[in-house]
Amino acid sequence: MSRSPGRKQENHKISRELFVLTYGALVAQLCKDYEKDEDVNACLDRMGYSIGIRLIDDFLARSAVKKCRSYSETADMIAQVAFKMYLGVTPSVSCSSASGNEFSLILDKNPLVDFVEELPAERASLCYCNLLCGVIRGALEMVHLAAEVSFLQDRLKGDAVTEIGITFLRKPEDRKHRR
Amino acid sequence: VGHAVLAINGAEVNGRFTADGKDVLEFLGNPTNYPVSIRFGRHRLSSNEKLMLASMFHSLFAIGSQLSPEVGSSGIEMLETDTFKLHCFQTLTGIKFMVLADPRQTGIDALLRKIYEIYSDFALKNPFYSLEMPIRCELFDQNLKLALEVAEKAGPFGPGS
Repeated sequence: MSRSPGRKQENHKISRELFVLTYGALVAQLCKDYEKDEDVNACLDRMGYSIGIRLIDDFLARSAVKKCRSYSETADMIAQVAFKMYLGVTPSVSCSSASGNEFSLILDKNPLVDFVEELPAERASLCYCNLLCGVIRGALEMVHLAAEVSFLQDRLKGDAVTEIGITFLRKPEDRKHRR
Repeated sequence: VGHAVLAINGAEVNGRFTADGKDVLEFLGNPTNYPVSIRFGRHRLSSNEKLMLASMFHSLFAIGSQLSPEVGSSGIEMLETDTFKLHCFQTLTGIKFMVLADPRQTGIDALLRKIYEIYSDFALKNPFYSLEMPIRCELFDQNLKLALEVAEKAGPFGPGS
């Protein structure tokens, strides 16, 4: 799928089904490889991380956004621009702490789980979409924002909504030295 | 002064020898080989030299941002001399793209952003490319060359480099 020099044109679309199936195959294989749910989750997070550290430059190059000046702006950027660009959905953002460094993304729709209704009984602690957490964490790290990202609620586990929690770990004033 | 023989009759020269092992001085000393066309120029920098110069620039860039009287300086964006302009673009991830061009060349900003796209496509999306290492990806080189050609044609004066 090489791109011609006229990059601003319509992106070559590939089948969403293929993408969802690929992700499902990935999770299924990991479940075969690892007995414990925690191991699968950790593996998904690591894979997501290595995607995130590369995806961030694609995001910045294509969206040409300016530097975010607050954690709140950053969370909005992730939900409204990045999620939209890569998954075609826009989670809603809310700040869940007084200190202004914890945010929640509520996913109404999630293409990765289009065809999955609930987890099997023996995989009750599996975070099916944990790859996304790794992606966000990796991407943020490359713009010098340390964060913890995890699923706080998951519809697949029976919760009412699917919620990703992002906790920024350092205050912006501490970041004096940039690469 | 500071110039070296870069090519003879179109064939590239490496030090004293051409690509097919001929000794340059011998070749030039033999009048039966005349007329001969010789290309002179500044020595091409080796990878190590480039790395060294780039890391020096990186330090200057950091000093520049700190010296700036304005808060949140974007660092050195352009270095202008009589014979060339050095343009620098730093991404939010801290990667710097530098282009050396003729002082009259225009459109470098657009070129820098284009190069960012090419990097994010053909280097970053190549799973065999490790971050922070020299980029030895064929597609990257090809597309970069294309972008440079486009920029050269668009600029009103002279070639960029």
